[in-house]
Amino acid sequence: MKILLIGMALLASGLVMGDEFTAADLERWQQQYEQVAARGRQLFTDPALGSNKVVCAQCHPNGANTHPETYPKFQKQLGRVAMLWEMINWCIRNPLEGEELAADDPDMIALQAYIHKEREGVPLAPGKH
Amino acid sequence: MTMKRRNFIRRATTTAIAGVLPVSLIRIAGAQESADFTFAYISDSHIQHIEGNRFVRNFDRGLISAVAETNLMNPKPDFVMFGGDLAQLGTREELDHGFEILSGLNGLPLRGVLGEHDYYLDLGDYWRQLFGEHYYSFDHKGVHFVVLNSILTFDDWTFNRWESAERRMSEMAGLDNPNGSPFMVGEAQRRWLAADLQNISRDTPVVVFSHSPIQKIYKGWNFWTDDADQVQAILAPFDRVNVIYGHVHQIQYNQIGNIAFNSVMATAWPWPYPSSYAKSGSHVPVMTVPMNRADPFSARDATGWQLINVHTGRVDLEYTLYDNSNRTVSWNGASGRPEDTSYQAPALRVPPQNHY
Repeated sequence: MKILLIGMALLASGLVMGDEFTAADLERWQQQYEQVAARGRQLFTDPALGSNKVVCAQCHPNGANTHPETYPKFQKQLGRVAMLWEMINWCIRNPLEGEELAADDPDMIALQAYIHKEREGVPLAPGKH
Repeated sequence: MTMKRRNFIRRATTTAIAGVLPVSLIRIAGAQESADFTFAYISDSHIQHIEGNRFVRNFDRGLISAVAETNLMNPKPDFVMFGGDLAQLGTREELDHGFEILSGLNGLPLRGVLGEHDYYLDLGDYWRQLFGEHYYSFDHKGVHFVVLNSILTFDDWTFNRWESAERRMSEMAGLDNPNGSPFMVGEAQRRWLAADLQNISRDTPVVVFSHSPIQKIYKGWNFWTDDADQVQAILAPFDRVNVIYGHVHQIQYNQIGNIAFNSVMATAWPWPYPSSYAKSGSHVPVMTVPMNRADPFSARDATGWQLINVHTGRVDLEYTLYDNSNRTVSWNGASGRPEDTSYQAPALRVPPQNHY
């Protein structure tokens, strides 16, 4: 009797339900993305990202000319297929004279979230130069 | 037309010794040969102070190259224009450092156009000590030149919005910053312009220098002057008007009535064409053949300076592009507009000119 009651309580609480989510969940998850993209915009204009006060947005207003939809692609200067984060590190290292970020560094993820946000609606075109 | 910078210097040096001009740098003189002349135009160097005696080396190099190459010109250009944004954040350190590099121009007369990066810290006070008045006119070999300060904006934004001059400067310095404000020439200066032109005969060639385009291209990045239409109306009665502007860090050209528009390159860094910002829509004059897309691994690619030939009251721009093929945008008398001398027809365009 006790076991049956516990079982019914679990069902009623919804804890055993599988892959279900609500509109509120979707909104919350979108918010998470927006927050990270906003953090990316901050970094994109942050003189402290590199060592010489140059910021990403100086050359890339609204993230333009970054072409996130084309990655992965052959990067002729590297002689191999590369990802967007590798090119971001190239920019941090060279024009910004800064220290590279790890691929899974939250700041690197935020920079990419912002770059992709500015490029919303553009069809994927992997490999395009 | 595909001279790389190395070759350019070698060739210029060789020809100076041989006493023969590099053909790409002169125009075959027309009927008014005696009135033909050239001047050099260097712009948008964005000298950026880090701290102490450290400046961003990359941007220093662009201006140093332009000065060195201008000095190699033979015959010498009649004068040199600096098209604005000598500094990044308008400080004395940046303006002094940039002006010192410009002082390497061996005895060539230098005049300046005020850019927003020179202005919004101290409203152009220190720039005035270096270059002189913010707007003015002069005459040279039968051409009337006008220099406008086109980067003013609403008084409320300039005088009431920000808690400090530094904040005001940094807000205007971000090209894509939504807290910025549209550029304008303003009513007082438009009155001055109308008065300045009053006694100039309509068949006198007029060349106008401004920092921002005196045409409306893309407001989001201030490739724009808010009262462009009113300024154009003041210029419209003249037979031959040429507007040369900086700010955009890319090749643009256009024709509106009698007014030919040409942009100049930056020595600091290139900007994307507004059409490559997917959310902006297309905003580039249709007759423009774009510069090549920049190779980010070549720090000086898609930057440069230009030699400008003035003939029969119209201008040709010879773009000296570091680490890339040079370009020439010339006045075409037959079509009555500026045209690229190599790539104008759609069939002649090359893949690097495809921006997206």
